[in-house]
Amino acid sequence: MINVSKLREGIVIDHIRAGQGYKMFQQLGLDKLDCVVVLMRNVDSKRLGKKDLIKIETNLDLDFNVLGLIDPNVTISYVKDGMQVGKKKLSPPDKVVGILKCKNPLCISNQEHLDNVTFRLIDPEGLSYACEYCDKQTQL
Amino acid sequence: MLKDRHLIAPTDFTLEEIDEVLCLADKIIADPQSFSNACRGKVLASLFYEPSTRTKFSFDSAMMRLGGSTLGFSDPNTSSVAKGETVADSARTVAQYSDLIVVRHPKEGTAKLMSQNVNCPVINAGDGGHHHPTQTLTDLLTIRHYKHRLSDLTVGVCGDLKFGRTIHSLVTCLSRYKNLNFRFISPVELSMPSYVTSELKARGVEFEQTSNLEAAMPKLDILYMSRVQRERFISEEEYMRLKDFFVLTAEKMKLAKNDMIVMHPLPRVNEIATEVDNDPRAVYFEQVRLGMYARMALIMKLLGVE
Repeated sequence: MINVSKLREGIVIDHIRAGQGYKMFQQLGLDKLDCVVVLMRNVDSKRLGKKDLIKIETNLDLDFNVLGLIDPNVTISYVKDGMQVGKKKLSPPDKVVGILKCKNPLCISNQEHLDNVTFRLIDPEGLSYACEYCDKQTQL
Repeated sequence: MLKDRHLIAPTDFTLEEIDEVLCLADKIIADPQSFSNACRGKVLASLFYEPSTRTKFSFDSAMMRLGGSTLGFSDPNTSSVAKGETVADSARTVAQYSDLIVVRHPKEGTAKLMSQNVNCPVINAGDGGHHHPTQTLTDLLTIRHYKHRLSDLTVGVCGDLKFGRTIHSLVTCLSRYKNLNFRFISPVELSMPSYVTSELKARGVEFEQTSNLEAAMPKLDILYMSRVQRERFISEEEYMRLKDFFVLTAEKMKLAKNDMIVMHPLPRVNEIATEVDNDPRAVYFEQVRLGMYARMALIMKLLGVE
């Protein structure tokens, strides 16, 4: 059993579906931060069986909305002096760039193998996004 | 201000901006000769990656009548595409030679991609089954030319409503005007897609869906016919079954108002009997001519040469 010490100040992203933690780590660009960042994978969880967990020792506020695309059920807690001082609820971002791929085989973005395609939120309930090129909707 | 703008989707322009283009088109129609040098020294590149006769000719003719020049291709095998060049690179290269790019491509979103890579205006002349905004401008100019308004109209749209991109664009664009009533006339298999009808519902636009052309005829101010497109069907059998579902005949025209107009984006197959061509209400060939004027006005506006 590996133990990671309690966070004094920073952010905890908890209840990440097992296997999704690294994806979130990449999407948030945590490798570019100078502070201490811990990614734990396959931690035992009562709720999920197994879960991933990320701890970030920072007082910066990061844009977590992108995580809503990967797993909207994660818990984000802010910690100060070792105590939880706030929680954040995720909402899907109005626009996402470079994360989704258009599923329309007739879309130019697929012929040209474009990265960084922008998708705009069409239906927040159904997490449905429209491709900037062909307008076809992609559901997550 | 439309100078240096792109036209990718029919709703890219506000109603005021559309009006600006249509008003200029009216001036050109009234006195074409006085615009014959408006684009002298300007070059239009027309990049047609799939076959088109009328749209390409319409743009070429429009630019020539404005005193400008055109270059381009209508067969991608004769361009650098055959060597594997990307659409973005083709656009960047062509933009060095031209002041305006017109593009038709089988893939959806190509015109938008091109517009992101050049610093001259790009006009979408059709991107697969997606948008064809200059057909919409043509249709609006035709309606305004004959009905003298774009509001307070009952518009029948008949034929292939499922795959007809010109129809989707026209309905979406027209529905922004006041008191529009639509009658969508089609076999159930080719009915208007839900993304169009749900947008109309959300905006409180009235419409009815029917498969009875005769019953719908008497109330219409405009009947917009469309072809059942063979290329959109996977099954030849299905195409053969549906292609003759609605044929507009002289007999059916008797049910229409005296001032109703019949429009069609062309080409026609057999959905309008040739006997209807001589009816003064049949304006589909005049619509082609008006399309050229609409494109002349658009070119002038995007180049800022008025």
